[in-house]
Amino acid sequence: MSFNSEIRAPERFASKKTSSVNVGEIERLASAVAGGALAVYGLRQRSIGGLCLTLAGTALLHRGVTGHCNTYQAFGITTNERKSASGEAPVARDVHVEKAIAIDKSPEELFSFWRQFDNLPRFMKHLESVTCSGVNRSHWVAKGPAGKNVEWDAEIYNEKPNEMIAWRSLEGADIVNAGSVHFKPLGVRGTEVKVVLNYNLPGGKISALFAKLFGSEPGQMIADDLRRLKQILETGEAATIDGQPSGRAAGATPHQSGAKPTLAEQTLKSRAATTRG
Amino acid sequence: MKALCWFGKYDVRVYDVPEPKILNPHDAIIKVTTTAICGSDLHLYDGYIPTMEKGDILGHEFMGEVVEVGNAVKNIKVGNRVVVPFTIACGKCFFCKQEKWSACDNTNPNAGMAETLYGYSGSGLFGYSHMMGGYAGGQAEYVRVPFADVGPIKIENGLTDEQVLFLSDIFPTGYMAAENCNIKPGDTVAIWGCGPVGQFAIKSAFMLGAERVIAIDEAPERLRMASESGGAETINFAEEDVFDRLKQMTAGLGPDSCIDAVGLEAHGTTVDALYDRAKAALMLATDRPHALRQAIHACRKGGTVSVPGVYGAFLDKFPFGAAFAKGLTFKMGQTHVHKYMKPLLEKVQDGEIDPSFVITHRINLADAPAGYATFKNKEQDCIKVVMKP
Repeated sequence: MSFNSEIRAPERFASKKTSSVNVGEIERLASAVAGGALAVYGLRQRSIGGLCLTLAGTALLHRGVTGHCNTYQAFGITTNERKSASGEAPVARDVHVEKAIAIDKSPEELFSFWRQFDNLPRFMKHLESVTCSGVNRSHWVAKGPAGKNVEWDAEIYNEKPNEMIAWRSLEGADIVNAGSVHFKPLGVRGTEVKVVLNYNLPGGKISALFAKLFGSEPGQMIADDLRRLKQILETGEAATIDGQPSGRAAGATPHQSGAKPTLAEQTLKSRAATTRG
Repeated sequence: MKALCWFGKYDVRVYDVPEPKILNPHDAIIKVTTTAICGSDLHLYDGYIPTMEKGDILGHEFMGEVVEVGNAVKNIKVGNRVVVPFTIACGKCFFCKQEKWSACDNTNPNAGMAETLYGYSGSGLFGYSHMMGGYAGGQAEYVRVPFADVGPIKIENGLTDEQVLFLSDIFPTGYMAAENCNIKPGDTVAIWGCGPVGQFAIKSAFMLGAERVIAIDEAPERLRMASESGGAETINFAEEDVFDRLKQMTAGLGPDSCIDAVGLEAHGTTVDALYDRAKAALMLATDRPHALRQAIHACRKGGTVSVPGVYGAFLDKFPFGAAFAKGLTFKMGQTHVHKYMKPLLEKVQDGEIDPSFVITHRINLADAPAGYATFKNKEQDCIKVVMKP
C-alpha cells in the first residue's frame, strides 16, 4: 500500500480561500463601470427612485473596486478563479461539503470498510457503483441529472491507515471531484467519521447555486449517506420503508365489507356531515 | 389485506392493500390478532401531525402471531405470540444502550425531516407520520416489524390479548409518566386527562407509592373510571376552578407532581383555552397547551411536571416564568417502551393489574372509521377501542 504524505489534503481545493476577493477580474470591471454610471444617473433624477438607483450603483461600484460580493459570500461562491499554474486538470471547488457523524465502531473497522471503495454505494444513494481497478484506482458511476449516469476514474492519492483516505477524480471525469474521509477515536462513543467533498458541476457555480436554492442540498445528501453508513455498521442494515404497503400502493382499493355499507359506516357518514367544517 | 389508511383530516378508510414483505434481515411479519386506536391516533385524525401522506396505514398498538422472520432474526420464531412496542429501536446504538429506546439513532429512515424540526431525530414509530419514519402501522391484518429481535415481547402463558395488548404503548406510557414524577411516600399526584394513558398513570402512581392521586377531566364516564377503578379523587374542570380546587385539596401546598396526559389538543373553558383554539384554527400556533399551562401553574414549588401527552411543534403563551419561579423539574418524551414491557408484563401475570379495565368498545377492523369517530367525539362513553382484523 503506497501513500504519499507530500500531497496536501483536498481542503486546499475548497472554497475556504482566505482572500476576501470573490469576484472575477472582468466582472469587477463591469461592476465598477455599471455601478458608477447608475449612481450618477440616479443622482440626476432627484427623486426617491433615483436615490435607490444611486444606492444600488454605489454598492456595485464598491463590489467592483473591492472585488468582494456579500451575496456571493452568503452562497459560498466565487468567480475569482485562476487556472492552476501549470494548466493541468481543473480542480474541484464549486461545491464544498463537510459532514461528520459518530459511529460506534473502531477506526480500524471503519477504515477497512471505507478503503474497500465498492462498499460506498451501499450507503451513498447517488452512487450506482464503484469498481476497484487497482490498489489505488477505481471507476465510479453515479446517478446524474435527468436519469443520465455520470462516470469518472479516481485515484487514492493520500492515506494514513486508520486515520484518513483522500481521493480525487482523474482527467476526463464527467464531474471533477475530490474527497477525503477522516477517522478520529471518541473513546466510549466510538469514532468520528468526517467526510469532506469538493466537486464541480457541469453548469459550474450557477448550477450549484440553483441546486441549493431548489432543495437538492448536497450537505443534506451527505448527512443522509453518513446516517445510512452508521445504520449499516451498527445494526447490519439500513432502515427503510421502500416496498411496504399503503393505500397508495398499486392495486390498493377501498375495502368492500359487503354489498351495503354497514350500520356503523352509515352512522359515520351522517355524523361526518354534521361535524365537519 | 385489510388496512386502515389515513386520507386526511377526519378521513380514514379501510382499504385492501398488498401484504407486507420482509425488507431487511431483522424484519418479522406479524399476523395481527388485536389492535387498538390510541388517543394519539386522534391527533393524526384531527390533522395536527405534519408529514402524513394520503394512504398511510395507521396503528401503533398491536399484537399478534409471528408468520415470517428475516434471516438475521434469532429471538422470535414463526408461531410465537408477541406484543410489539410502538417505538422501533435497534438495540445497538448509544441511546439504546442507555435504555433511551425512543431516542434510537438508527431506525428512522427520514431522520433528516425530524432534524429539520427538532434538531435531532428520535426513533422510528409505527403509523405516525413520515417525519417519524413513515412505517406502516398495525391497524391491519399483517404488519412488518423491523428489528424484531429487539422489540417484540413473547407472551407464553394463558393471558388474553386484551390483558397484554396495552404493553405496546399506553400502560408503559402511563407508567413512565408516573415514574418520571419521582414519587415519594406521602406524595399527591395530579393528573390532567382521564383517557387511557391518564387511567394507567393513576394506577401506576399508586403502584409507585403515591398517597393521593387527583384526576382532572370533564367527561363523567372518565372521571367515574378514575375514581372507581383507579381510586383517584376527581375534579371536573367544566364545573370547578381546577387551580383553586387543587390548592384547597392540598392544604395550600399544591400537588407534588403534575402529569399532563392530554397533550396538544387540550379542551378547556378558561380564556387561555379559547384563545388557543382560535389561534390553532387560524394556524397561528400549532399546539393547544392549555392543560400543560394549568399543570405548571398548579404544581407545588420544587415539584415535577411530567408530560406523556404528545406535543407537535410550537407552543404559545408558555408560562415559563412560573416554572422558573417555582424551580420545577420537567420530564417528558416518547415512552421508552422496551424498558417497561417485561416488568409490566410481570405485574399483569401476578394479577397486580388487569389492563383490560380501560376497554369500552370492541369492533371489527372493517368498522375502524366509525371507531375513530366514536372515540373522537367520546360518544357512547367511549374510552378505549380495540379492534379485531
